[in-house]
Amino acid sequence: MYRGMSLQAPITWCLCFKPKPKTNNTNMLPPLHSRTRSRQGYTTTVTNAMALVFEVLGRFNRARAARLTLPHHVCQTPLFMPVGTQGTIKGLTNSQLEDIGCQIILGNTYHLALRPTSELLDEVGGLHNFMNWQRGLLTDSGGFQMVSLLHLADITEKGVTFQSPVDGKPMLLTPEESIQIQNRIGADIIMALDDVVKTTITGPRVEEAMYRTLRWIDRCIAAHKRPHDQNLFGIVQGGLDPILRDICAKGLVERNLPGYAIGGLSGGEDKKSFWRVVAQCTAALPEDKPRYVMGVGYPLDIVVCSALGADMYDCVYPTRTARFGTALIPEGVLKLKHKAMAEDTRPIDPTCPCMVCKNYTRAYIHCLVTKDAMGSQLLSYHNLYYMLQFPKGDVPEWVCDAMEVAGIDISSCCAPFSSCEESVSKSMPEEVILAGYTSGSSCSLILPFIEFARFLFGSLCIFSGFCSILFGVKLLGLFNSYKKWNFGKKMPLGLIIGIGRAYRRKRPSSLDILSSKRAPRGYYKGKNCKPTGFHTRKDNEHVEHLWERA
Amino acid sequence: MQMKFVVKKACCSGGRVGALELGSCPKPIETPALLLSTRKGLPHFIAPDLLTSLPFPDSHLLQISPLHFLEGLASTTISKIGGLHQMLSLHQYGIAAVARDSIQCLPESKGATKLGPSFETPCGRLSINPKDYVEMISCMRPNIWATLADEVPAWVSEKRNKTSVDRTVRWLDDCLALNPAAGSVFGAVVGGPNFDERKRCAMEVAKRNVSGYWIGGFGLGERIEERPALLSAIIDVLPDEKPRMISGLGLPEEILEGIDAGIDLFDSTYVYCLTLGGFALTFSLDKGGNQYDFQRCQVERDLTKINLRAKVYSKDMSPILGNCTCYTCRNHTKAYINHLFNVHEMLAQTLLEIHNTHHYLMFFRVIREAIKDGRFKKFRMTFIESRRVHQETEADCA
Repeated sequence: MYRGMSLQAPITWCLCFKPKPKTNNTNMLPPLHSRTRSRQGYTTTVTNAMALVFEVLGRFNRARAARLTLPHHVCQTPLFMPVGTQGTIKGLTNSQLEDIGCQIILGNTYHLALRPTSELLDEVGGLHNFMNWQRGLLTDSGGFQMVSLLHLADITEKGVTFQSPVDGKPMLLTPEESIQIQNRIGADIIMALDDVVKTTITGPRVEEAMYRTLRWIDRCIAAHKRPHDQNLFGIVQGGLDPILRDICAKGLVERNLPGYAIGGLSGGEDKKSFWRVVAQCTAALPEDKPRYVMGVGYPLDIVVCSALGADMYDCVYPTRTARFGTALIPEGVLKLKHKAMAEDTRPIDPTCPCMVCKNYTRAYIHCLVTKDAMGSQLLSYHNLYYMLQFPKGDVPEWVCDAMEVAGIDISSCCAPFSSCEESVSKSMPEEVILAGYTSGSSCSLILPFIEFARFLFGSLCIFSGFCSILFGVKLLGLFNSYKKWNFGKKMPLGLIIGIGRAYRRKRPSSLDILSSKRAPRGYYKGKNCKPTGFHTRKDNEHVEHLWERA
Repeated sequence: MQMKFVVKKACCSGGRVGALELGSCPKPIETPALLLSTRKGLPHFIAPDLLTSLPFPDSHLLQISPLHFLEGLASTTISKIGGLHQMLSLHQYGIAAVARDSIQCLPESKGATKLGPSFETPCGRLSINPKDYVEMISCMRPNIWATLADEVPAWVSEKRNKTSVDRTVRWLDDCLALNPAAGSVFGAVVGGPNFDERKRCAMEVAKRNVSGYWIGGFGLGERIEERPALLSAIIDVLPDEKPRMISGLGLPEEILEGIDAGIDLFDSTYVYCLTLGGFALTFSLDKGGNQYDFQRCQVERDLTKINLRAKVYSKDMSPILGNCTCYTCRNHTKAYINHLFNVHEMLAQTLLEIHNTHHYLMFFRVIREAIKDGRFKKFRMTFIESRRVHQETEADCA
């Protein structure tokens, strides 16, 4: 066992999607669905056309496996969508993506609207044509960039004003505009513009964002010009508040959209609130529509969400982490930059049948990663292969049977969520929570350890933080006593912080799968960080940030 | 298995078609051939599963610099894995190891000492002596390897040039004395822009027991007019039955010049440089070498290649070349590659390297056909003339 390698729950054991004999295909939807509904004082006739068919093929409690028929491709869910921000998955060709079983690629509307611009995409016949991708495509609404590029964005009821990082021009993104751009891009699935706030924010801003999302969805539906070719998904917002989430979910279900997404997660919230939100939302959303959890990408999270009844996921994690030299393997993650890999003649994952693992050794990949283009290409290939293959859940039948007998049933813990007044989640017994995490895999044995380890780790961090400050203060005293040797009257703030950081303990790599992504040292220097004139850091913010850390 | 080389057909001038049989490659590779330039064993941007989309068996010759592996990978580890072929999982490819990597560093006169030449490697400038080099080679087990050479630029003094020849011959002896079990040895020939030194070096190397010749010291500032004479001075001395490899000649005109002199193997640094710059090769692969029928609609001044970063291609939904059969031209358009360059995506280089490599390999195929049909001289003349005319008319317009 290397120091660079970590232990995690065996994720290959994820879910059992064995098609059950009892067919439950009453969910078959007519492709065209229209109805009249009244809401808030006015009545409209909305033709909610759908360009998808969602058939549930098998179930295990809340988890389900389904066939999702999109205009361009027939997909098997649960599925993972790699993120191709600007019309390409970084470093991989279309043929490679088809080889590793990629079904849907996600494109970012915001980035595509900047370059090559939606007008151009429309002119050349849509993104499918432009990048010659025959399978499914999904475009997000540009809403996520409210969070990721907040310093460039200004959010009002009308829409979001971004400052273009390319040429600096202001760019107003209204719901109508977002849908129009996405109509031009022409993806199979388009997302409604939502007002995204960080999950770590609390207070009235969350409520405002949720109601705004609901108001904007109507504008999105009205603006949607191609309902027969593209599916408009609504996004459930509401932060971590079960009441807000419930209002939002109900509001969206009322509008009868082709599919629903659970948004606003993966923004740094803790996992306990994360899974509760997912559990609540999947229970509140209709059975016969796809459910998409946005921005979820760690293997463990995907297993948990699938167990709770979600179908689609997207994340930059597998490709980004590959570029930084980390491989995903069933045991967790493998840091190929680690020195120990230099002499390791085994493949990345001996059980993996992908092109990279069949042909290359860890030692060879070690000498490529983070230095050469080929390193990130090969590692992205492996990581995506891993992510795209594991949700199929090659679980032996005996495991499914054993788990059924064991009576691990997470459907029992979803009932209370359906009503909006009660937020019973807090009163749930711990066992149920664990069962909810695992959906009958062996994870349940390991998860308590992980929880415990995280608790230990957290306290360790706090402790070492204190220690470092104390140490710094002590040093300060020491230095002050040597004042006469030109140390000045005060010790500079930077030095204190520096000392504090130097003595702070490094994170144990075993928990890296749970921590946020990190760029390699020096990544944000040079070509990766071009001065555009708009990314300049505000002075106040910078100082505040430092104080926070110190 | 040892390398085998047969000359099939030779022109009067020196241009020749041969077949190079390597133990690992299932089919003999016809020469004149292009060696794909690599970075740490694999082409810079083409992933191994896409390599198979390039023409077979033309693309099955790789040129590798052993010095790339000094960063992060010990020779013993490579040996433990089972040599380069095993490590790169390119079992059916021929691998030629040459220390000079024109992309990383051009040879300088200052770095070398009497102990060995120095190279700019990923882990800094290193001096490599023959013993270390041979040890590396015997761990990597390439099919072909060139001995160390003290290459000097054209502007050094006569004395320095003479020293470089002496050193190169001495290092060749050192390498041969160490007698590694791996691969066929190509003796290095240097001598800068001096005929006598070139001749002396070639004669010395020809006396040794080597399976082929690697000609260095070109593309380092010598005048274009002297090049044919220099090349023929070397080739005259070298025996005909052994293959000759050269580094530093890249442009189509230079390739034709080299082939005319009797060179068999070329490196593809040119393709890499074009790819990085965003240029796609578009010159005509007409059997007669004619370039007149070139598409007139292009806006570049140099009509032999197009700059895919140019704004005019942002809406161009046609492939780089309509009749090209490479992966890129079959699947993607100029507009897409232009977009990828605009947003700095790695796929741009991948697609472009595939096209350029494919195009250049096809160029070599056309040349070989011309030699086989005995019309190489005419082909070369037509090619160079029509290219030049094109450039001139375009220059007039501008």
